[in-house]
Amino acid sequence: MAETSAPAKLDPAELIACPQCDALHRAEHLPEGTRARCVRCKTLLIVPRERSFLHVIALSFTGMILMIGAIFFPFLEISARGLTHESSIFGVAMAFSDGWLAPLAFAVLSMIVAIPVFRFLALIYTLWPLANGQPAWPHAALIFRLAEEAQPWAMAEIFIIGTAVALVKIAGLAQVSLGPAFWAFCVLIIVTTLKNSFVSKWVIWDEIEQK
Amino acid sequence: MNVLTATDAGFTGCTRCGRVWPREDSHCGRCGAKLHTVDRHGLQAVWAWWLAGLIFYIPANFYPMLLTQTLTGEQKNTIVGGAIELWRHHNYGVALIVFGASVLIPIGKFIAIAYLALAVGNERRRGGHPHLHLYEVVEFIGRWSMIDVFVVAILSALVQLGFVASIHPGPAAASFALSVAFTMLSAQSFDPRLIWRGPERVTSA
Repeated sequence: MAETSAPAKLDPAELIACPQCDALHRAEHLPEGTRARCVRCKTLLIVPRERSFLHVIALSFTGMILMIGAIFFPFLEISARGLTHESSIFGVAMAFSDGWLAPLAFAVLSMIVAIPVFRFLALIYTLWPLANGQPAWPHAALIFRLAEEAQPWAMAEIFIIGTAVALVKIAGLAQVSLGPAFWAFCVLIIVTTLKNSFVSKWVIWDEIEQK
Repeated sequence: MNVLTATDAGFTGCTRCGRVWPREDSHCGRCGAKLHTVDRHGLQAVWAWWLAGLIFYIPANFYPMLLTQTLTGEQKNTIVGGAIELWRHHNYGVALIVFGASVLIPIGKFIAIAYLALAVGNERRRGGHPHLHLYEVVEFIGRWSMIDVFVVAILSALVQLGFVASIHPGPAAASFALSVAFTMLSAQSFDPRLIWRGPERVTSA
């Protein structure tokens, strides 16, 4: 990883351009535990995690199982004056399904369920062959890129903070009990955060290209 | 510090995966993302999404976010009204979270994106750090405005106790969600590489 000096005869295949400031660097495989930052803007460029593929795959499977639990188990239940009502995660998204708010129900369902699930599946699809030393499966580059582009729109952690706010708002109105889906969702967020910390983008892109 | 950039070396860097390609290539051969040269054309998209977000932010504040029916009558809460209500019930922390996520963050975002887009090319090349940090904060924090939309969804799904209490979403929920989405797209359209190009280099290419 060195700052390039001679503009003549640079091989683009050996270079990495900082996505935040366009500075050119020579890309190299780094020893475990080191990280490469952009010389100018200090953006992290390469974080080597050579053996992390299996971690990501395992955490993605865990996340998928938790998400299935979170969808099918009851999420929250309230009771007041002898009346009770419970809702699943699905029911939360369907709160907007009446009339012209319906597209919002679709958006909410995408942000809290569909996009996180797609990202888990996409990472498993991309990394499974790479972890087994095989060439990447067809369209792995497209699928991994879509997973990366979808990242800002996966809002599971924001949803849980929203749940906390909603619980405070209801507190004066009724008794609330938390269902298994609530806890599954909390664990899901920890798993997702761990998984994201094991993803080393440059290494994955490099492996997709090489094999 | 004088740094050789991909653009100066006659290449285009892929903003998605970092791979470098000859100037004439239109798509990254590795990840397939569209390659963008560093120029001001991208700012049009930033401003378009910014304006769309601002337009939808106005009705989001005037129409009710929540319609609450209880035994004591019907109540309509706007975004700010919901935060004030929480404050009145002594839930100061949560009131501040709601106020921060649905008022301070969106307004701060509009100002920050407009400032960044206007300031591009006016800062000296070494002066880019504060602007990049501002951009990173805007990108990181913008999604959190969605909290209020989820609160409305959870309340309306859960509080369905017939005549005792029932909550329904108001029209502001949709326009607020759209406003947040549009400002996220506006921030994503901003090319932070522009921050580092001096005034004379921005207009070329």
